Amino acid sequence: MMRTAIVERPIDPAALVAEVSGVTNGATLLFVGTVRETNDGRDVSGMDYTAYRGMAERELADIVGEASSRFDTSDIVVEHRLGTLGLGEASVAIAVAHPHRGRAYEANRYIIEELKKRVPIWKLEHYLDGTREWVAADGSKRAPQGEAAVLNDERRAEP
Amino acid sequence: MTVTVLLFASYAEKLGKSSIPLELAHGATVGDVLTSLQRLPGASRLPTEPLVAVNERYARRDHVLASGDEVAIIPPVAGG
Repeated sequence: MMRTAIVERPIDPAALVAEVSGVTNGATLLFVGTVRETNDGRDVSGMDYTAYRGMAERELADIVGEASSRFDTSDIVVEHRLGTLGLGEASVAIAVAHPHRGRAYEANRYIIEELKKRVPIWKLEHYLDGTREWVAADGSKRAPQGEAAVLNDERRAEP
Repeated sequence: MTVTVLLFASYAEKLGKSSIPLELAHGATVGDVLTSLQRLPGASRLPTEPLVAVNERYARRDHVLASGDEVAIIPPVAGG
């Protein structure tokens, strides 16, 4: 089972595990990304996720297709959530199953790292003091002006 | 020809809108869109070389546009 989805409801990680598990696979890996209570030393109260939806869906499907051919498994399910999330809620879940654990770990890691680089999703962090900030690519607060240009150059270097 | 420029997240806040129809000469490129955008109020707060996608795929500055293309200016992504 290979499936990707951008959703606006809570993610059920156990359901993803059930989708990829099977007797042909000896290893099942689950990554769950959740909203953390502090970022950059500030107390977080919640997070709004938005996306360029059509592109995000396509880019996510591309990444999973790449992982499938690189790591030789078609048992991959990924869901990324949009909307307002509270502390501890899952924003992303990646389930990968493979006959052997090594490739399952590698495929899972590949997907989350590429997702963070390529999938057009943004998060607006809300703080306990009532302020808010768009989170930059590296997980810190708003990017300096030069950052997008650097990302652009990296993108161009790829085929 | 006309293309639609899409803005998201912090960029949409900076320009106060999420979609801009833009009239361009035939043969115009992504670079020409960025030059046109710089003339809009609030655009000086955008980076000069942002990530751009044309019809939902990342594109280079020299990508030649066609009428009806959707040109998205992509802020640094932060999914996960």
